[in-house]
Amino acid sequence: MNKKISRSGTGITTFLFIYAALFVFGILYLTFVIAIKSPDQMVHIMAFPRIPHFENFAKAWIMTGFPKKFINTAVITILSLIFTLFTNSAAAYVIARNRKKSRIINLLYYYFISALFIPFQVLMLPLVKQASVFHLDNILGISFLYVVFGLPMNTFLYTGYLKTIPEALDEAALIDGANPFQTFLFIIFPMLKPMHATIAVLSVMWTWNDFLMPLVLLTKSEHQTLQLSQYVFQTQFSADYNLAFASYFLVLLVPLLFFILCQKWIIAGVTNGAVK
Amino acid sequence: MKNTYTSKVHPVYWIMILPMVVLFFLFHTTPFLQGIFYSFTDWKGYGIWKVVGLRNYLQVFKDPSIQSSYLFTFKFALTATILVNVLSLLLACALNSKIYFKNFLRAVYFIPYILGTLIISYVFRFIFSNIIPDIGRALDIQALKVNILGTEHAWLGILIVTVWQSCAFNTLIYLSGLQSINPDIYEAAAIDGAEGLYRFAKITFPAIAPFFTINLVLCVRNFLMAFDQIMGLTSGGPGISTTTISVLLYKRGFQGGQFAYQSANAVMLFVIVMIISLVQLKLGENKEKKYE
Repeated sequence: MNKKISRSGTGITTFLFIYAALFVFGILYLTFVIAIKSPDQMVHIMAFPRIPHFENFAKAWIMTGFPKKFINTAVITILSLIFTLFTNSAAAYVIARNRKKSRIINLLYYYFISALFIPFQVLMLPLVKQASVFHLDNILGISFLYVVFGLPMNTFLYTGYLKTIPEALDEAALIDGANPFQTFLFIIFPMLKPMHATIAVLSVMWTWNDFLMPLVLLTKSEHQTLQLSQYVFQTQFSADYNLAFASYFLVLLVPLLFFILCQKWIIAGVTNGAVK
Repeated sequence: MKNTYTSKVHPVYWIMILPMVVLFFLFHTTPFLQGIFYSFTDWKGYGIWKVVGLRNYLQVFKDPSIQSSYLFTFKFALTATILVNVLSLLLACALNSKIYFKNFLRAVYFIPYILGTLIISYVFRFIFSNIIPDIGRALDIQALKVNILGTEHAWLGILIVTVWQSCAFNTLIYLSGLQSINPDIYEAAAIDGAEGLYRFAKITFPAIAPFFTINLVLCVRNFLMAFDQIMGLTSGGPGISTTTISVLLYKRGFQGGQFAYQSANAVMLFVIVMIISLVQLKLGENKEKKYE
């Protein structure tokens, strides 16, 4: 940052700060400030209340059963993340290394990639029927479905990245007596780290914030995720905006903290995925 | 091509990939094929059914609520795609110029992406219903005094929320495109007298053309599927004026006993998304070739 910043640079900085203050911090501030008010403090909506009602958070916490929903969402997110990273990268590895050797594997590549064109909504109706036959309409089942449904995109990203890892490594490992699985697990998997980061970010953002799949699959209240519970509680919040916003803020807080903690890593991950 | 597949594949590779292939077929391809199959039947989602051929498809074409949802979805997807890409490109250029607090600002502009769409929509619903009318009364602007989500302009509210959130991701992608441009090219262009818009059209844009293609494909796809923000803001109303195809599929498919009928609708949606994506990819490919 030793380059001189011109006057136009100062102008752009100012503009970007004003825009961010209005449309990013403004929205977050609004959510927070409504969350800590009582209904009679709502006359000046944007003003910070003289007596903040932090107990709104406790009320929303109990009313929506926050801890249970939080654990549900966390279990889904973490389970699908771990299994996505291992199984999807293994599938992509097999495809990347054998596309030229086997017609079937080359066809598998196109099979997975072409599924990118099939939006979830298209197969949603039959999937729900099938999920209830296979008892997948619960936390474990939906985690499993996230792993399967992420495969097309992740195959695309992993195979792209695997092109940059020389096959000579595989051959060397083979000569040393390793079978392809050992080669993958001990040599290739660790080398995929930058792509794991990208896929981890995309996977976590997807599963944590997803609304449609829980909505159609998780019909029992004990399986609800955080997003879904906000939808379900809409009628109970009715006109109590403060309680509703306290609940929204609690749900938004988790990804916000996650982002603040691993901000560099998240931005690098998404950028990395786009360039590949 | 015949002689390219010569070497043998190590059996361990097959063991590694087979489970994934089976599961993918079972839980992704099978429901997809089932959907296509049921679209030719009269199944309600329960009870007995028979094959009815193309009847559902003929009905779908004549159904006014499906027609209106397609029209609305296209209008919405097209407008949102244009707005998101123009704004994202402007923001990316601004964030890529020589500014103070560069990394901080880049992080801030990414925040909307990480927030759940449904909850953001609830927050915006409150802004539209309680805050904007207040501002409208204070400034005495008639257009702002009413809750936009209750009027025939409800879709503009949905558009605002969608653009607000989608800009975050698209800006980041454009930004990574802009960063891949070698600054020497700009210096050479400056010597040749290329400045401002001319420089953008002749150097910057061709360099980020692949990123433009990615963004367009992702945007159109996501916006044609728009669901969360509609459910959060209007639930498809007033009337059915903001009902997208996804919302219609959900409401009628699960609650309306139109399983087979909405399956035909889903198949049409799939065909449309596929054609649009392929055309975009093809055009993008040509565009990139032209600049190579």
